[in-house]
Formats: sequence, C-alpha cells, structure tokens
Amino acid sequence: MPLSIDFSFYNWDLVHNFVLKGLYFSVMLTVVSTIGGVIFGTVLALMRLSGRKLLVLPATIYVNGMRSIPLVMVILWCFLLVPMSFYALFGEFGRDYRAEMSAVVTFVAFEAAYFSEIMRAGIQSISRGQVFAGMAMGMTYGQNMKLVILPQAFRNMLPVLLTQTIILFQDTSLVYAIGAYDMLKGFEIAGKNYGRPIEAYLAAAVVYFVICFALSWAVKRLHRRIAIVR
Amino acid sequence: MSWDWQVFCQDTLDQTAVAGCFGKGGDITYLDWLLSAWGWTVSVSLLALVLALVLGGLIGTLRTLQGRPWVVRLGNAWVELFRNIPLLVQLFLWYHVLPSFFPSLQQVPGFVLVIFALGLFTSARIAEQVRSGLESLPRGQRYAGMAVGFTTFQTYRYVLLPMALRIIIPPLTSETMNIFKNSSVAFAVSVAELTMFAMQAQEETSRGIEVYLAVTALYVVSAFAINRLMAFIEKRSRVPGLIAASGAGGH
Repeated sequence: MPLSIDFSFYNWDLVHNFVLKGLYFSVMLTVVSTIGGVIFGTVLALMRLSGRKLLVLPATIYVNGMRSIPLVMVILWCFLLVPMSFYALFGEFGRDYRAEMSAVVTFVAFEAAYFSEIMRAGIQSISRGQVFAGMAMGMTYGQNMKLVILPQAFRNMLPVLLTQTIILFQDTSLVYAIGAYDMLKGFEIAGKNYGRPIEAYLAAAVVYFVICFALSWAVKRLHRRIAIVR
Repeated sequence: MSWDWQVFCQDTLDQTAVAGCFGKGGDITYLDWLLSAWGWTVSVSLLALVLALVLGGLIGTLRTLQGRPWVVRLGNAWVELFRNIPLLVQLFLWYHVLPSFFPSLQQVPGFVLVIFALGLFTSARIAEQVRSGLESLPRGQRYAGMAVGFTTFQTYRYVLLPMALRIIIPPLTSETMNIFKNSSVAFAVSVAELTMFAMQAQEETSRGIEVYLAVTALYVVSAFAINRLMAFIEKRSRVPGLIAASGAGGH
C-alpha cells in the first residue's frame, strides 16, 4: 500500500475551527489546575507538617491515595460521582460542557496531591533557624508561614513546580476518557472529518512536542538563574 | 443508594447471577472478567517495564560516554522525544500512524503496541535516572577502572553500573509504580485491562461505584505490592556503609 502523507488540508480555517478550541481548553485546564493545585497542595502540605494527628492523618491518606491510583481512574470517578444536578446549576452551559467541568474539578483535586508533595519538600528544605527567627520576631504561625517560610519554599521549588506543570499539560490529554474537548480531541475530530487521521495524530504529536520542549527548555534556564542567585 | 456487590456474580452476557460467582463452561462473570483484566494490567506493565529497563539502562549509559559527543546527543534526543509527547498521543502514533508506514505492524496485536508505547515512554525517564546515577559517582571511580586497565565496557560493567544502579533504586520504584498507573491509557486502544473493564462494566451494569471501587482497590494493591517488593530489593542490594538508611523515601 503506497502511503501518501498530505498536510495540505491543514489550513488556517481548520486550525481555527477544531484545534484552537481544544488548545484553549488544554491551556485553561493546565493553568486553573496548577493554581488550584498549588493552593490546595500547600494547605495539604501544611496539614501534614502540623504535627496534629487530626490534620496529619486525613491529609496523608488523601495524598497517598491519590498518588496510587491512575489519573484516568480519578477522571472516571469524578465524572461518575458528581451528580447531574450539580451541572444543572449552570443551565445550558453545564449541560454542554459537563465533561469539561468535571475535568477541571478532577485535575485540581488530583494535582493538589502531587503539588502538596513538592510544597512539603520545599517547606522542609527551609532551615529551622528561619522558623525560629520568625518566632523570635514575635510572629504568629500564620505570619511566619506567609512572610518567611512559604515565599522561600515556593522559590526553591519553582523549577520543580513548573516541571510538574509541563507533565500536567501532557496529562490533560487523558480527558479523552470522558470525551472532553481538549487539543488532542480537536486534532482527532479534524482528522476524522477530513479523512486524514494519520496526519492529524502526527500533527498533534508535533504540536505537543514543540510546546513541552520549549517549556522544559525555559524551565532549565530558569533553574540555572535561580541556582546562581542562591 | 445501596450497595450491590452481587453485580460481580452476574454473567456478562445475560446479566443473571451465577452461583459461586465464577462462570462455568466458557461463560464468564464480571468477577472472571475483573481478574483477567487485572492480569492484563499486570502483564502489560511488567513487559513494558522489562523493555523500559533494558532500553533505559542502555541509553542512560550511552549518554555518559566520554569523547563520543554524537552518541550522547543521540541519547539526549531519544529522551527529549519520548518525554515531551503525552503518552496517549504516543500510543495513538503506535496504534494508528506507524502501521500505515509499516504494513507488517498491522498484524501485531494491540497489547504489543501498548507495551512498546509504554516501554519506550518509560525508557526515556529511566535513561534520565541512570544518567544522573552514573554522574553522581565520583570521577575517581572511572579513573580507577582505567588505571587497572579495564576497557570502557569493563569499567561500566564492573565499576560504574553496579554502583549507579543501586543508587537509583528509589526513583526506579516510583517509575515502576508509574508504569502500572500509566498502563491505564491502554483503554484508548481497547486492550482489556482494568480501566477498560471499569468503563465497559460500568456501562453494562450501571453499578459504577462498585465496579470502580473494585478496580481502584486492585490498582492500590498492585502499587503497594511493588512498593514492598522494591523496598525489599533496595534493602538486599544496599552497598554497605555507603548509602544511608533511606526509610524516609516518600511514596
């Protein structure tokens, strides 16, 4: 079978109609779940480091539980469990974008577990003297965390957080399991509509590669700059 | 809503409960299907792990060769290529794209393609671990090998790799657990593993919570078993006096 590869159907209209909509959702999902994941992850990390059994235990179970099941299963769980009535609150939008909304909830909950491990390592990397210094200044626990510990922990862990964000961007393709419209889906639909699935998958691979390669290159540079300052 | 665990005793064709929960005479119940799906997950993951360890070990080693810049660059290109494309997209490339370039691949069953996709994807990560393990060794080790007249191969075989491979067991533990979790993407090309079972059985029985709970439990059991097994290997292969007790390794 002679194989002909033909990318000529990839014109601006097609990119505009199918791919950009998916790319927009993939990026939005990445950004929202990074921000949400870091916030909830920091809370989980603080709970685990608090030394109070009532806080440590649930946070530990949550983090280790999330980390031992595949993301696809978490996506399926969330899609199954969050009832239709929740989406009904959003009316028309909720009905049309049920899979997408479910994906956002899932990714924030799932990534919080991974970000919490990073933030925990970051907080633990701060020397005890810093904590004592804050206490000596008469700061409360909250002030000490907010003004002394967390800014340093966040800065130390920035390259790792960003690397996790790149992995997260790649993982957004897994919303395929519930049929949400992400970039991969956009390429797939375009390929099906034009009878060119092979070119569509190839193009998807190239786009993902370019984005992730550029981002990891940028993170590497940032890492070097931060490393010199410290 | 009430629990209904009887769902696993149902026949997969006519949905009637079967006494003893295991199908007889060629019929299968959901319990049979669940266990065979677990078998698929375990076998796909283990075979992909073997492939990933062999390729990752080889490429990670090649990336540390001295005086061979092109070999190093090739190794780096391998790692960047397989690390920067999502696993699901790589799986589609193996399943949809490559068979049209190489028609002989059309005869290959789907799970073999999943093993290749998962194995090569993970090999890039393992290559990175192997490289950093080798680079963490003091330079004197390599010189020591050269000083006693070893060839490059012998230096790696008898001096560098035995040390490096033991150092990287903790990160390899997480990669092994990742391979089990990542095997779940095989649902996308209809390999009958656990996630595929979860989706299909949920649809057929409408007992999603019971089905998902069972599948999730099996994933957790698998992850825990690997964790314990790797901890055992780590303990047995520890270099005396060199690596501090690493009980703190968080998984």
